[in-house]
Amino acid sequence: MTAAADILLDVRNLKRYFPIRGGLLQRQVATVQAVDDVSFVVRKGETLGIVGESGCGKSTTARLLVHLLKLDSGTITFDGQAVDTPGGMSVRELRRNVQMVFQDSYASLNPRCTIEGTIAYGPSVHGVPPAEARRRARDILGKVGLEPDLFVQRYPHELSGGQRQRINIARALALEPRLIVLDEPVSALDKSVEAQVLNLLVDLKTDLALTYIFISHDLNVVQYLSDRVLVMYLGKVVEIGPVEAIYRQPQHPYTRALLSAMPSMDPDRRVDQPPLTGDPPNPINPPPGCRFHTRCAHAEACCALSEPRLYNSVATIDHHTACHMLIPGSGHSAAPGTAAPPSPAEREHAR
Amino acid sequence: MSDQSPIAALPEIEALKRAVAGKSYWRRVGEQLLRDRLTLSVMLLLSVIIIMVLAAPLFATHDPTVGSVLKRLKSPGYPGHWLGTDEVGRDLWSRILYGGRYSLLCGVLPVLLALLIGGALGLSAGYFGGITNSIIMRSMDVLYAFPSILLAVAICGMLGSGIGNTILALTITFIPPLVRISETVTTQVRAFEFVEAARASGARPLSIMHFHILNNVLGPILVYATSLISISIILAAGLSFLGLGVTPPDTEWGLMLNNLRQAIWVNPLVAALPGAMIFITSMCFNLMSDGLRGAMDVRM
Repeated sequence: MTAAADILLDVRNLKRYFPIRGGLLQRQVATVQAVDDVSFVVRKGETLGIVGESGCGKSTTARLLVHLLKLDSGTITFDGQAVDTPGGMSVRELRRNVQMVFQDSYASLNPRCTIEGTIAYGPSVHGVPPAEARRRARDILGKVGLEPDLFVQRYPHELSGGQRQRINIARALALEPRLIVLDEPVSALDKSVEAQVLNLLVDLKTDLALTYIFISHDLNVVQYLSDRVLVMYLGKVVEIGPVEAIYRQPQHPYTRALLSAMPSMDPDRRVDQPPLTGDPPNPINPPPGCRFHTRCAHAEACCALSEPRLYNSVATIDHHTACHMLIPGSGHSAAPGTAAPPSPAEREHAR
Repeated sequence: MSDQSPIAALPEIEALKRAVAGKSYWRRVGEQLLRDRLTLSVMLLLSVIIIMVLAAPLFATHDPTVGSVLKRLKSPGYPGHWLGTDEVGRDLWSRILYGGRYSLLCGVLPVLLALLIGGALGLSAGYFGGITNSIIMRSMDVLYAFPSILLAVAICGMLGSGIGNTILALTITFIPPLVRISETVTTQVRAFEFVEAARASGARPLSIMHFHILNNVLGPILVYATSLISISIILAAGLSFLGLGVTPPDTEWGLMLNNLRQAIWVNPLVAALPGAMIFITSMCFNLMSDGLRGAMDVRM
């Protein structure tokens, strides 16, 4: 396991339910279980990729991490300090250390505010004098590859999508954070600009010793950028592990389906059958047991009964999967005995 | 290429310089306004009226409160009184100038006060949402339940006549619509991610409202407030007409209209003059608000 000193962000049992109100008196009629019992760690200097379908809770998780949404329960520990607890780190202090880059580059910039004003706002909020904040803004513009003299007095509508996303990154950098949560930062950009922005992110990470949480539904991009990958389904973590292990040997049926849905450039590798059918179930009434069992080809009786916990499925590496097929004694016919977990090849054989 | 002459490159340099300068929103609005002839002339006329009225002692030919019974209800063009005289022989030109002071005061001040109070309430309601929003908006709904004229008359009738009470009554009348409009636009702006980004940078609500919300909502709120000025002038005139506004010997256009209404058969031209002034001024404010709306609709 990882030493405590290596861990930058430790998230435990994060939970956020959104109430659905209806009727005349606005009574709560249901809850959306947007993020349900999510735990993970982010190590110093790594990039953790978070993937999953739309609506699986990726963005909610991101917003919970910077306390843009209130947590229903769970704890966030940043560099050994518990956040928002007496004696721990304040939310304001957390926000100085953890910054966020949003998906919509246009909506996330104030249209009435110059680029300089936008970038300098963060530092000035934290007590940096205006002149110093402006100087810092110019510095950072240079770092994200934009000529300061040409851009400080511009407005967002005068810039292209790629330039705007660079400004958003610059705004996040202005507070000199240690962790940046990137919520689909490139999915609104076209491919050539996307590549430029991704390379910029890689360069910045090494130059400034940053740690990233990179959220995306683009599996290629996640593979390119991440050290470890976390797969979410309906508000739950289904699999987390090193990027090579997950892409080479996905353990969870959902991850397998997700990866086989990646468009392939090789015509021989194209699949005729959709790897998954149907939509994800409504998060308002998630299915009992394993949330994936309604769409899973391997589902058995036990899957609807109990919820699989994250289980270290490949003993040699830090690779955890929440699937009954991998948990010894879970009742699933494909599950290994109480002995040590078998290698993937053995499991293939068992099926 | 060698045939690339320096002259051909000039427009591009010019364009680059302009782009580098980066025009602020308000500068764009100004440029847009300068192109709008109608709004410009309306604003010119309005400033002439305001200057004449403010500098009434300089332009007035007579004491507005002293009249001669011998020279009652003279038509415009009468020697010594170029706009004629009213029912007790006071100079109409001077009375319109002095009366305009109260009319404009009753037009602008209540809207200004309501803008400050209603704008702040609406901004808070829109930004904080939830229970704050419910409390503010539901109390506004109570005031909204009355037609605006009725509300003004009721407040004025309760407090008694006088210029101060008129302004107070009109202010209270204009707060609910201003709260509602600023709440609506704030709610729209608040949904944008740049507000979230500002929160994520650790900014406090007051700073976000000041720096990120206000400059995005000011345009529509100001346009609406300008259109309220004309309504305010007319309402004030209505209150004076009912005897609830300005008290004699002070005068105001609505009060003058009330006093002159018996003369409508004797000298309709004179009787209609204060009404014409109310019409022209409120029309000007309305057209100006339309022009501002157009100019402020600059796509950013």
